[in-house]
Amino acid sequence: MKRHLISAADLTRDDAVLILDTAEEMARVADRPIKKLPTLRGRTICNLFFEDSTRTRISFEAAEKRLSADVINFAAKGSSVSKGESLKDTAQTLEAMGVDAVVIRHHASGAPYRLANSGWIDAPVINAGDGTHQHPTQALLDAFTMRRRLVGRDAGLGKGLDGRRITIVGDVLHSRVARSNVDLLHTLGAEVTLVAPPTLVPVGVENWPCEVSYSLDEVLPKSDAVMMLRVQRERMNAAFFPTEREYSRRYGLDGARMARMPEHAIVMHPGPMVRGMEITAEVADSDRCTVVEQVANGVSIRMAVLYLLLGGSEPAVTTSTAARTEENK
Amino acid sequence: MSKILIRGAQVLGGEAQDVLIDGETIAEVGAGLSAEGVDTVIEAAGQVLLPGLVDLHTHLREPGREDSETVLTGTRAAASGGYTAVFAMANTFPVADTAGVVEQVWRLGKESGYCDVQPIGAVTVGLEGKQLSELGAMHESAARVTVFSDDGKCVDDAVIMRRALEYVKAFGGVVAQHAQEPRLTEGAQMNEGTVSAELGLGGWPAVAEESIIARDVLLAEHVGSRVHICHLSTAGSVEIVRWAKSRGIDVTAEVTPHHLLLTDELVRSYNPVYKVNPPLRTERDVMALREALADGTIDIVATDHAPHPHEDKDCEWAAAAMGMVGLETALSVVQQTMVETGMLDWAGVAERMSFAPARIGGLSHQHGRPVSAGEPANLTLVDTSYRGLVDPAHFASRSRNTPYEGRELPGRVTHTFLRGRATVVDGKLA
Ligand SMILES: [Zn+2]
Repeated sequence: MKRHLISAADLTRDDAVLILDTAEEMARVADRPIKKLPTLRGRTICNLFFEDSTRTRISFEAAEKRLSADVINFAAKGSSVSKGESLKDTAQTLEAMGVDAVVIRHHASGAPYRLANSGWIDAPVINAGDGTHQHPTQALLDAFTMRRRLVGRDAGLGKGLDGRRITIVGDVLHSRVARSNVDLLHTLGAEVTLVAPPTLVPVGVENWPCEVSYSLDEVLPKSDAVMMLRVQRERMNAAFFPTEREYSRRYGLDGARMARMPEHAIVMHPGPMVRGMEITAEVADSDRCTVVEQVANGVSIRMAVLYLLLGGSEPAVTTSTAARTEENK
Repeated sequence: MSKILIRGAQVLGGEAQDVLIDGETIAEVGAGLSAEGVDTVIEAAGQVLLPGLVDLHTHLREPGREDSETVLTGTRAAASGGYTAVFAMANTFPVADTAGVVEQVWRLGKESGYCDVQPIGAVTVGLEGKQLSELGAMHESAARVTVFSDDGKCVDDAVIMRRALEYVKAFGGVVAQHAQEPRLTEGAQMNEGTVSAELGLGGWPAVAEESIIARDVLLAEHVGSRVHICHLSTAGSVEIVRWAKSRGIDVTAEVTPHHLLLTDELVRSYNPVYKVNPPLRTERDVMALREALADGTIDIVATDHAPHPHEDKDCEWAAAAMGMVGLETALSVVQQTMVETGMLDWAGVAERMSFAPARIGGLSHQHGRPVSAGEPANLTLVDTSYRGLVDPAHFASRSRNTPYEGRELPGRVTHTFLRGRATVVDGKLA
């Protein structure tokens, strides 16, 4: 694996499968009475959040603490850090404090890449979401959720998502989740279709390893998983679509549409869900909807990433894969 | 008054000639001129002698952003790059939208002594696009402004643009348009296309430039005025200018050296040295711009020299300032992209970097003159066989935001003369 995790596109298939397999190991820790591993004891990790995201920050923090790392939370909000200089200054402060890894969330696309590559800091950098660019751990936790549901918790070990058909619906243009998922799911062998009104599909998408459709109804019957993206109401004012009602009618997922999906197919959402425009309560509360699992899986994935970037490439937990495979026979 | 003999240089890349400078003027051009009574002899065999370069599009930043550049440091950079005259853009602080500010810039230029500085006046007050500046007063000031531009911003209101084009006809002025439809480029950070989609950076679509150019050439035709289009960056813009010229519309256009060489693929590094407005485009655009410069559709090369201090670039992409310095590397980039590809000879370079910009800017009485007896001795001597890595540590510009650091570029200005006085000697500022 590379030293940093900036983009899902940086992961080879072997890297991605290793992370998913390691996350399965990590998930077992959550089932224990004491949910903690000593792996990163004495290591300091900074969660550097230039953009609000309580969910992502808590997920990383839980993962770090379960690995026994010391955690520094740095939330840089508002105008005091609107000058670009502050990223560099902050990075150098963290470097001076001997931080072992930086988890960064930033409103500007490319900020984590800059942090990792401009010599401001030596520590591994993990991208926790940058602008409209990438959110690789989100893509990993989505893939993890899909592998568990569509292939099987243990049956999936060592495997990708070959031949699975994944549909991503909504504001692709502004979505780092969509970008990351297209890259990773393709690497893992899945077939991805993006569904959105043409105004929310980026120019240049024809070079992405995926299909594009403007019609949700056509794609639903052949989807193994449908991932609904959040659509912000502001987009309506910027003329990306005419009205909320029209958006819901053409691209929203309700019970009737869900019924057109294959029996086994799941519904995903990166959260936070706003019930209404893109997803109805009926769908959100159905047992096909994996939102809650996605949150739990997020911690396992982040543990795996931190472990692999900081700990090493050996199996994470002493009950090795081999031993466990025995158990499962 | 000193006498200087330049011996054996290829004048405009043609025949080897001797050129005798006496005081402020060229006294004689010919073969085997005598060195008698000459103070300095420059052996220039193999070098190319060009008329002093003229840049129609320079940001000198003074007044207001002297931490980026001053008239003095900017003109030193210009001289180093072989320029003897530069047009200073109006987006200073305060904006150069009154006779007072343009006279200040003009006077600072006079005092610098490295390069003639011709101020450009803002088209609208404060570059706000709402009310015309006192264009006539700026023209009648000591600075004799003839070029007007809101560069950095587009004059996007069609009525204001129409009025400006009409109004400057009274004194033979020209409006230089920074073509950028503002609504189409809200949040834009790079060329809209494959790379922007992948990087998640806001896209600046080619049509935002092309639609304004199309509108402006039609406006110029309608009111019978002339218009100059700044820094063309797309293949589509070239097509529109080509069409406008074929129709007889009085339009001229410029291209920057960086748009002749660099593409948006470089933005994958997220390195803000590549952040510029208009943005770096695709390989296809670069090739179209080179062809258009070669066939005369694009009239001139202009640097859009845009100095920024280190801290405005040493940050994440979104926070970084747009622009790059260009005065000291322009000729080298043109040599590499146009001369070494066989698309232009040195006489063609002289036309596009000296004669034509002087003509468009109304400076032809002093600059962009033929290299012949009786003409002002504004000259640039270039060692075209030189090869070297660009090292911004040696730049005379106060800012070092160059995209070429560590890149090999050909050619080196060995001497620059401003009215007979050497401003650069053996590649160093005099
Ligand atoms: Zn401009």
